[in-house]
Amino acid sequence: MDKMPKWADVVLIPLISLILAAILSALVILGIGEDPVAAVNMMVSGALGSTYGWGYTLYYATNFMFTGLAVAVAFHARLFNIGGEGQAMLGGLGVAMICLYIPWPHWTMALLAACAASMLFGAVWAAIPAYLQARRGSHIVITTIMFNFIAAALLNYMLVNVMRPDGSMDPASERFPAAVHLPTLHELLAPIGISFSKAAPANVSLLVAVLACVVVWALIWRTRLGYEIRAYGHSESGALYAGISPFKITMVAMLISGALAGLMATNNVMGEAERLVLNSTEGAGFIGIAVALMGRSHPFGVFLAAILFGFLYQGGAELALWTNIPRELIVVIQALVILFTGALDNMVRMPLEKVFLALRKGKA
Amino acid sequence: MDFLTIIQVLDSTIRLSTPLLLACLAGLYSERAGIFDIGLEGKMLMAAFFSAAVAAVSGSVLLGLLAGIASSLVLAGLHGLASITFRGNQLISGVAINFLAAGMTVLVAQDWFKQGGRTPSLFGGARFEPIDWPLAETLSGIPVLGPIYAELLSGHSVLVYLAFLAVPGTWWLLYRTRFGLRLRAVGENPAAVDTAGVSVVGLRYAAVMICGVLCGIAGAYLATALQAGFVKDMTAGRGFIALAALIFAKWRPLHAMWACLLFGLLQAIALRFQNIDLGGVVIPVQVMDALPYILTVVILAGFVGKAIPPRAGGEPYVKER
Repeated sequence: MDKMPKWADVVLIPLISLILAAILSALVILGIGEDPVAAVNMMVSGALGSTYGWGYTLYYATNFMFTGLAVAVAFHARLFNIGGEGQAMLGGLGVAMICLYIPWPHWTMALLAACAASMLFGAVWAAIPAYLQARRGSHIVITTIMFNFIAAALLNYMLVNVMRPDGSMDPASERFPAAVHLPTLHELLAPIGISFSKAAPANVSLLVAVLACVVVWALIWRTRLGYEIRAYGHSESGALYAGISPFKITMVAMLISGALAGLMATNNVMGEAERLVLNSTEGAGFIGIAVALMGRSHPFGVFLAAILFGFLYQGGAELALWTNIPRELIVVIQALVILFTGALDNMVRMPLEKVFLALRKGKA
Repeated sequence: MDFLTIIQVLDSTIRLSTPLLLACLAGLYSERAGIFDIGLEGKMLMAAFFSAAVAAVSGSVLLGLLAGIASSLVLAGLHGLASITFRGNQLISGVAINFLAAGMTVLVAQDWFKQGGRTPSLFGGARFEPIDWPLAETLSGIPVLGPIYAELLSGHSVLVYLAFLAVPGTWWLLYRTRFGLRLRAVGENPAAVDTAGVSVVGLRYAAVMICGVLCGIAGAYLATALQAGFVKDMTAGRGFIALAALIFAKWRPLHAMWACLLFGLLQAIALRFQNIDLGGVVIPVQVMDALPYILTVVILAGFVGKAIPPRAGGEPYVKER
């Protein structure tokens, strides 16, 4: 018998955790001598008050959808993929190679190829830790952390020694050719008569991210493989008894996870920067953890949580621009969300379970 | 490469190994008691900021050190609360602590000092001064042994010697005391410890708090001895290198020291030489940066002796199912 109705688990607990995180964030803002209400107003108007703000919010949200889905898929197999950052970096490398070294006639073909390359590179980077976990028993959390640092060193080497154009001091690749420019929301919406900010970086890869949410949903809840992944996540011994190979599930779940993290590069490298720069991921791989926890590892939850974090990122940038609150406020909020929805989950859950049990006894 | 260069590289190896060693021993206590800690980085960063901030304001490095340890203990307490009391996911708690430290340090630094997320530079009594061993000046003229004594062994801050003394101290505490036996037991088989009538929760909190103190000293060393003041993200992944060293050392104190010295040496070489030319084959500096992580993955993979973590690591203990 469940202790709580399903809606409490899916909606109530994340909501309470979010409120707790919000209260503490407000206290932090008060602590540094700023007005939390004014700060929230500025964040809302800055991130949602104009199509320019929305364009940035959705751009960040696109990144977080990819990395959030990556973490979520691994969570379903009870694997903690903390290496989204490194996998997204490698995805960027794949995208840059596709865009720089192959002359594409049209962006649609380039996007398809870039998706394939970024997924391949991200998946390969996740495959090694997955294999080591499945075959050698090395803890996947530690190996994926190590692979983040190795990816950063590799990217640094590639940009400084290989991909940097002659005569440039900047550790960055050449600019991608104009043919692979992805249409922004402005260019997509203008033909149908909707005016959208020209300067905002949100682009067609937002649609790729939404599509990825749908595909992941179908995969996890509507296919045999998804069933096996969830079964393995619930009980390894149960899954083994049902003839599910732990090796296969660990590998497949991590390959999908890595591919999703890699896909992020279609947004930040191909859609926004249009060249490969150092630290292009800007920590989005780690925000994926908060997004997946917040979204309860469900693609629709990830979608909503990604937009929430996109709002926080754009709103935080506005705050840093107009007030004395540094951008790092977002990092604190992100930490509090991870803390309350992830690590301190039981702190909210235990009292709530008692409340629901008492209610049920009252009825019986 | 002449003798003096080697001495200088080894000298900076010792300096750079110290924060790694302190953090590594910190992780050793925690993980030996069955609490995974990937929040070493965050605790060090928090301690680095508060030690530098208090030292800058008060002018006393000792007050700074205490403040650093206290701030690290707060985060350690949070980790204990999440992973011991509320039986949450220890890894997720560690991730949260790292972000909390990364954000809060800059936020508070900007509010207090308004210098773009850093503290004012420390000087005089606000820093740990190097300690010169007796007769270092006079003996430095002796060939070979003189420079070793004067440059390599003498002239470090008190925290360096403390870190290296903590190695035999930890060994003694873990392997020669009742507390140590229980601490190791609680990381392998908490149910047995519970059956013996010893508090699992108490032991694990004690381990997490020792971890907090050591991370606090490591952070204070970074900001008040190795460098003069706090800058944003100054730990720069050292907490994770310490974690790597811990695995490399297979959770043993003496091996932890060698692992930290090795990783410190890699850092020192990367700092001094950019690209190393080995008779035509050039090793790029990025390889030196990545080497600790690559070595750790190789060790974890079990190709060079298998690293087996404490058996109950990462699992919350539930009394009576």
